[in-house]
Order: sequence, then C-alpha cells, then structure tokens
Amino acid sequence: MAGNVLVIEDEPNIIEAISFVLKRAGWNVETHSTGSTAAEAVRAKAPDVLILDVMLPGRSGYDILRELREDPSTSNLPVLMLTARGQTRDRELAEKAGVNRYMTKPFSNAEMLEAVRELSNA
Amino acid sequence: MTTLNALAAISIAYVFFLFAVAFVADRAAQRGRGKWLRSPIVYTLSLSIYCTGWTFYGAVGSAARDGLEYLTIYLGPSLVLIGWWWGLHKLVRVGRAQRATSIADLISSRYGKSTALGIGVTLLAVIGTTPYIALQLQSVTLSVSVFAPPDATSSGELTAFWVAVGLAAFTVIFGTRNLDSNERHHGVVMAIAVEAVVKLAALVTVGAFVVWGLSGGVVETMARIDASDLGRWEVDGARWAGVTLLAAAAFLCLPRMFQVMVVENDNDEQLRTAAWAFPLYLMAMSLFIVPIAVVGLEFLPEGSNPDLFVLTVPLAYGQEELAVFSFLGGFSSATSMVIVAAIALSTMVSNHIVMPIWLRLRTGSASVSGDVRHVVLLSRRLSIAGVVSLGYLYYQFSGGGAALSVFGLVSFAGVSQVLPAMLGGLFWRGATRSGAIASIGVGFAIWLYTLYLPSFGEGRVFSDSFLQDGPFGIDWLRPQALFGAEGLDPLIHSVFWSLSLNTLVFFAVSLISFPSPLERLQGAQFVTADGGSAGGTGSWAGGRAQAEDLMVMAQRILGAPEARALFRREAMRQGSSEMLPVPSPDFLETLERELSGSVGAATAHAMIGQIVGGTSVSVEDLMAVADETAQIMEYSAELEAKQAELTRTAHELRRANEKLTRLSVQKDAFLSQISHELRTPMTSIRAFSEILRDSAEMAPEDKSRYSSIIHDEAVRLTRLLDDLLDLSVLENGQVSLNLREGTLDTLMDRAISAAAADEAGTRMTIRRNRDREDIALHTDLDRLSQVFINLIANARKYCDADAPVLDIVVTRENGFLHVDFIDNGSGIGPEAQDVIFEKFARVSDREAGGAGLGLAISRQIMARLGGTISYLPDHDGAAFRVSLPEAQAVAAQ
Repeated sequence: MAGNVLVIEDEPNIIEAISFVLKRAGWNVETHSTGSTAAEAVRAKAPDVLILDVMLPGRSGYDILRELREDPSTSNLPVLMLTARGQTRDRELAEKAGVNRYMTKPFSNAEMLEAVRELSNA
Repeated sequence: MTTLNALAAISIAYVFFLFAVAFVADRAAQRGRGKWLRSPIVYTLSLSIYCTGWTFYGAVGSAARDGLEYLTIYLGPSLVLIGWWWGLHKLVRVGRAQRATSIADLISSRYGKSTALGIGVTLLAVIGTTPYIALQLQSVTLSVSVFAPPDATSSGELTAFWVAVGLAAFTVIFGTRNLDSNERHHGVVMAIAVEAVVKLAALVTVGAFVVWGLSGGVVETMARIDASDLGRWEVDGARWAGVTLLAAAAFLCLPRMFQVMVVENDNDEQLRTAAWAFPLYLMAMSLFIVPIAVVGLEFLPEGSNPDLFVLTVPLAYGQEELAVFSFLGGFSSATSMVIVAAIALSTMVSNHIVMPIWLRLRTGSASVSGDVRHVVLLSRRLSIAGVVSLGYLYYQFSGGGAALSVFGLVSFAGVSQVLPAMLGGLFWRGATRSGAIASIGVGFAIWLYTLYLPSFGEGRVFSDSFLQDGPFGIDWLRPQALFGAEGLDPLIHSVFWSLSLNTLVFFAVSLISFPSPLERLQGAQFVTADGGSAGGTGSWAGGRAQAEDLMVMAQRILGAPEARALFRREAMRQGSSEMLPVPSPDFLETLERELSGSVGAATAHAMIGQIVGGTSVSVEDLMAVADETAQIMEYSAELEAKQAELTRTAHELRRANEKLTRLSVQKDAFLSQISHELRTPMTSIRAFSEILRDSAEMAPEDKSRYSSIIHDEAVRLTRLLDDLLDLSVLENGQVSLNLREGTLDTLMDRAISAAAADEAGTRMTIRRNRDREDIALHTDLDRLSQVFINLIANARKYCDADAPVLDIVVTRENGFLHVDFIDNGSGIGPEAQDVIFEKFARVSDREAGGAGLGLAISRQIMARLGGTISYLPDHDGAAFRVSLPEAQAVAAQ
C-alpha cells in the first residue's frame, strides 16, 4: 500500500518530523521547500498525496493549489494542507482553492498519518 | 389821488389781514377743528395760484395785442380737469399714498428713490421758476408805479425789494411751521384761497365797471368788440394747440401746482369738486378780459400799456377805490404765486440738495431726530430766502424789462419737460430710471438751447450771428430752427422739439435699460395704484392676470409642485374647475399665510400687495422686510457655521474611523503573524515529542538530535515571547531607561560576543577601529547593547557573501555619534528597505529563525534613547546606521 508523498514545507524541522513519521509508516517521502517552484515539482514527481504548507517563501500555498486544480493532470490530486494560521478565513480560502483536507499546526502525528492514508485511498 | 404811502399802508394792512387768516387757520388745524379748511371749495380756490400776476395783468395785455390767444392759458387746465380727470385723480392718489412732498420727490421716488433725478428736477424747477418769481415782483412794481405821480422818480427797485422781503418772511413763518409727513400748510392754503377770492372779485368788479359804467351795457360792449381789431385776429392753429397743450402740461408739472393740487390734497372729494369748479373759476377770470382790453384800447390814449388797463382804466375815470381794489387783486395774484412757489421750491431744494449734502457731511456722528428736525427747518427757511432772493436778483439782472413778460410761457415749457417721465412713471411699468434721467436731461438741454437762452433777447446770451447762422455756422443747429425746422413760432418750435425728443428718448432708453429691484417695486406701486380703472373694466380678466402673477410668485417661493397644489386646492374650494382660483380676500389671506411661512409676514404682505395693488408698501413695510431679511441672513449664517462645524466633525470622525479600520487590519495581520510565529516552533516540538513518545526503539543519536530540536524550538518560542513583550512595553512607552556610564568599545565587545554566542557556528570577520570607539557614554547601556547585538546577529544570519565581513565604523558629525554596521553581502532591495523596520518584516527567502521583530524593537529603543536607526542605501551590502545624540556621549567625558 505504500505510495509517494510530496511534502512542500519551508521549516526544516517540520519537514524532518513529517518525513520521519511517514517513512516509518512505509511511505516514500520527497520534499520541496520553495513556493515559487512547487507546482513544477508536483508535476515532475507526480505524488499520490501532496502535503502543502500555506506560508511558503516565494508563493502562498493557496496560489499553488489553485494552479494545480486548473491543470488536468493534477486536478484530482489529493492535497492535505497544513497551516500555522488558525483563523476561519484561512480555512475558507483553502476550501475555495480546492483542498481535500486541512489541518492546523501543531497537529498530531497520528492524525496526519491517518489523513494521508485516507487521501491515498479515496 | 391815492398816495404811494396810502397804497403802502393798504398793502401792509392787507398783508396783515392775510397773516391773520393764515394764523387762525393754522391754529384751527392744530386744534383739530379745521374741517372747513379741508373743504373742496378752499381746495379749488387754492388751485387759483395758477392765475398769477402775469395772468391778472397780462391777460388783458395779451388780448389787446394777440386777440383771444390768452384763452389757451385757461383752456389747458380746464381740459385736464374735465377731460382727463381719471389721470389727474391717479396722480393725486399716488402722490398722497407715497406721501410725496414735491414733484421732484414723486419722480425720484418712482424711479427707485433716485438722488440724481431729485436733484435734476429740482434744478429744472428752480431755473424755470426763478424768472417767474421775478415776473411777479415786476408786476407788483409796475402796478405801484401807476399810482406814482408822473414826475416822481421811480422807486421800483425799492418796492420790489420790500415786497420780496415781506413775501420771504410770510413764507418762512407760515410755510415752515410744521414738518408733518403730509406736509400740509393749512394757513397758507387758507390765505391763498382768500387771495383767490380777492383777485377774482377785483377783476369782475373792474369788468363790471367797464361794461356797465363805461361802455353802457352788454349790447354796446359786444358792438364795440365787433368793431375793434380784436374780433378780426387770425387764429394761428398750431400756436393755439401748442400753447393749450403747454398750459395743460404746466398745470400738471409746475412745482407750485403740484404743491396745492397733490401735496395739500386731503381727499378725493376735493378733487372731484375742483374738476368742475376750477374751470368755472377760470371762466369767470377770463370773462371780462376782452371787454377791458377793447374799452381800454378805445378809451385810453394811444400808447398806454395794455398790461396795466385793469388799473389805468378805473384811475382814468376817477374810480380810485376800484383801482386800489384792482391793485390788491394783482397783488394777491403775485404774492400767492411767490409764496407757494417758494414753499414748493424750498422743499425740493432742502430735501434733494441741502439735506443730502448735510447728511453726507455729518456721516459718522450720530444724529438724533430732534437735531435733524431742527436742521430740516433751518434748511427750509434758508431755501425759501434763497429762492425769493434769486427771483429778486433775476429781476434786478433783467432790468425789469419787457423781456420778462414772455417768461410765463418759457417757464411753462421748461417745467413741462418732466411730463413724460412723470406720466410714464404713473402708467407704464417699463419706465426706468435711466429713461427718466435721459428724458429730462434731453428735454432740459433742448429747452435751454432753443428757448430759455434765446429768450434773454438777441445779443444777450446768444449773438445775432449765432441765432441767424447757428453755432460755428452749422445751419441745422440754429437755436430757433433746429434740424432745419424754419418758419415756426419760436415757442412752438422749442416745445415741439424738446417734448418730442424728450418722449422719444424716454421710451427708447426705458426699453433698453433694466430697472433695479426698488424701481420695480416702486413702479408696480405707482402703476397698479387704483384710481386708474375706477370703472372696473373686465375685473375677471384682471383677476385672472393677478392670479397668474400670484402663481408665478408663489412658485418661486414655495416651489412649483407645492404652489400648484395650493392653487388647485383653493380653486376647488371656490368651486371652480379652473387651475387658478379667483383672487378673493379669503384666498389672498391664505396665500399670504403660506408665503409668510417661507419669507416672513412683512415680505409676504408686501409681495401680495405689489401684485394685487390697493395696499401700498410703506417705508415701515420695507423696513420690516429688511429686518426679516437680516434675521434670515443671520439665521442662515448660523446654520452655515453649524454646517461647517458638522462637516469638520464628520471629517474627523471619518479619519478616526479610517485610522481605527487601519489599526484593526494591522491588529488582525499582527495576530495572524504571531499565531504563525508561535505555531511553527510548537509544531516541531509536538511532532518530535510524539515521535519520541511513540518510538520504542530508536537510534540514540536520533533521540538526542530530536531532543535538541525540541529544546531549540522551545528557546525560540521563549525568545519570541520575550521580544513580543519587549516591543509591547516599548510601544506603550512604559519602559524606564536605566542610564549608566560606560564606554563604546567595551559595550561593543560585549555585544559582539553575545551575538556570536547566539548564533554559534557561523563564521564572520568583524572589522573595527577600537581607537575611534574610545568614547564615554551616558545612556541605557543594556538597551543600546540590545540594538548592537540585533544588528550583528542579523549580519551573521543574512550576509550571503562567501567570506562574510562586517565593518563597524564610528563617526561623529553634527552633534551626533554614528555607529555604522556594513556587511559585504548582497544587501536589501530598495522596496524592502521601507518595511524592514516594521514588525514581522522578514525579507529574505532564507529561513533564519528570527521572528522578524528585531529591527522593530531596535527602532523603538533608539527612539526612546533620543536617537535613530536607519538603513544606508548607498552601500553594496546591508548597511545600518545607529545615531545617538552627542549629549549622551559628551556628557560622560
């Protein structure tokens, strides 16, 4: 059941933690930390599930998500969005952009893992 | 033979009798018992000042020389009274309603209280009347000379002088007793009424003596008339018509006639009686003129002066008493004219010339009413003396020659120049002040040029050649043949040109000029005053026109829809299907109430009165209008001030609101930032602590590595909280400075080592000139150190050079100590330079672990220390300058 997960996140410590948890559960994990080149990275790596941070250097997660949804090759890609902003408005923005799951930092590792699992099965 | 002394005594006795009459009448009027003074008969008799000494003596002379032409002088006024009664009635009513004090006052008032017109008409009247007064003095002097012994030296000048003095005294005493608004002089009017009776009785008695005493009866007299040349005089039609018209015009325009006919008028009944009684009086006066002339020519020696027949005929036949009586008749004619003319002219001179000048000179000093009253009286009296003196001087100047006798008609022609402006003002709303001024000016000039100046006789004012060939030989400008109109009688020539051009100019200028608001108001007052259409022709049509006018006015004040609704409602209430209601008193009252809600009661009343007529707008009404307007203006000024204040307040509120909105947005952004900054380290802490908790077997190096991440992130969190609190304290100004002594170099040493400890592992070369840092400081050393640490740490974090170098340069300039921190990295972009001192303004793509509060805190600290921190854009790398006032450096040295 192992699949590929791409993590787009700029905090090295968080990348390390997510990677560790996913790899331990058997996922292949690739990472990318720059917003401006994120969309190309997604198309190149064609992951089964995408974990996307909102506040990225260069380009916001919402922007990236919108672009992905417009592209037929990635329009159905399951996306889990992680954000350090917990306000209602941010959630609305994410849903509008076409997110599948939305989690506020700090999150529980188990929940994050469960979400990735569900998204890959859907 | 009646001696001159006896004659003087009789004259003086007669004058005293007149004094007594005037005095009694005045007293009676004061006591309110003067009802008989206002009787129509007295009024009618007072009109007889039209018949002056010139008419009394001159009519016979005129008949003897020119036949029946003298009748035209009587015909003109009779025609006006009988044929044009309604016009006269209107003139009198308007004059009474406007409380006109003279013809100058009436005309000035009609044309918007024009000062220029008042002065113009006054001058015209004075110029036209002065010779006329001289003529009266001459007639008295001449009549006295008849009684002088043939060998006696002429005492004419002395007679004229004393007569002038006496008349001036009488006029001053009875003409300036009161200053009532209606300006009526009961004593004077009564006296001249008595004189009217005396002169008529004298003339009739002489006539009766001539017809029955000398001629032998009516039949014989008629036969003598038929036999004389008089019956065969050719009638010059043009001259007859001209002189009749002139007499009619003069009857309306002569200042003295206006005085007795309009100013002294009390009620309509007086005028109604005068309309038939005065023509009768004139007829009686003219009845015996021809018999006296014919008999005089026949019975007296050749060469006798026909002007004096009324005296010389009785004298020649030994009727001395009759002659004296006749003398008193002539005396009465002359004196009554002088008295009334002096009163009328003095009122004009005083009101239109003296008082305006006095008031102008007195501007500034507060004048009480009593003061003014005194001045007015004095001015009147001096004016009377002045007018009579002018007449006397004119008499002296002209030498009392025959030239005077023509002056009656010349004078008529002069004063008639105000006729177009006066009648136009009464009957035509379009008449304007400019039109009136131009009209009177043109008429006056032509009269002066074609009649007045030539009347002095050839060679006196105009030379012979001037009269014959025109000025500078310009043929068509000849005074007595203007525009080539030759062969006309000089009088008719002048009257024709002056009055026709006068009228033409009046209409032309009125049509092209625009009246002022006051003129409009006065024009409406004059023209719409009732009395004109007494017959009530077409009241429905008039009513409709009024209703339309009212509608137009109401629309302007109430607004079109409201006005239409009001008029429709009222029309329906009157049971009419028309849009416009009949202007009934009920409706007018309703309308006035509605209007007064908008413009005030006085204004509403005045406006309706103006349209409907009937009621006059008095000075009080106008004052009330002015008061209301002033109040409204004051009120609207207050409103304006309040409005401005409200606008200001609203503006301030809007700005405060904008500021709050901006602050609110900033606060949201700030909270969002803080949330992000707090959640990011917490995410790492939670994730790794869960990993540690859930992983039973884990490589020890992983375990220790994860533990230190947790530790580092916890430290980062703590520092963030510290920074936030620090910033909050600094921004709220709650920080207290801890001022201490120290030196810059030791402070810098500590800062560099603190920054290095903070970010261990980064290599950076720091270049300093320690000698220059040997500066004593007196400041908050810890806070200044905090700024230095922040800047050094930033350089270590963000300098992207391969071999990072930081130069710390100390300079002193313009009372400031500058400490520059310049690295050799790629620096900060221009757009980012503006925001680096804001909270959370991280510009680098590189994650360096800071919360983005360092420079914001540094800025706050430097502000507290009285210095600044700024970015220096002219360097390749990032360059910051910390500036401190020298006082904090020098103070310690």
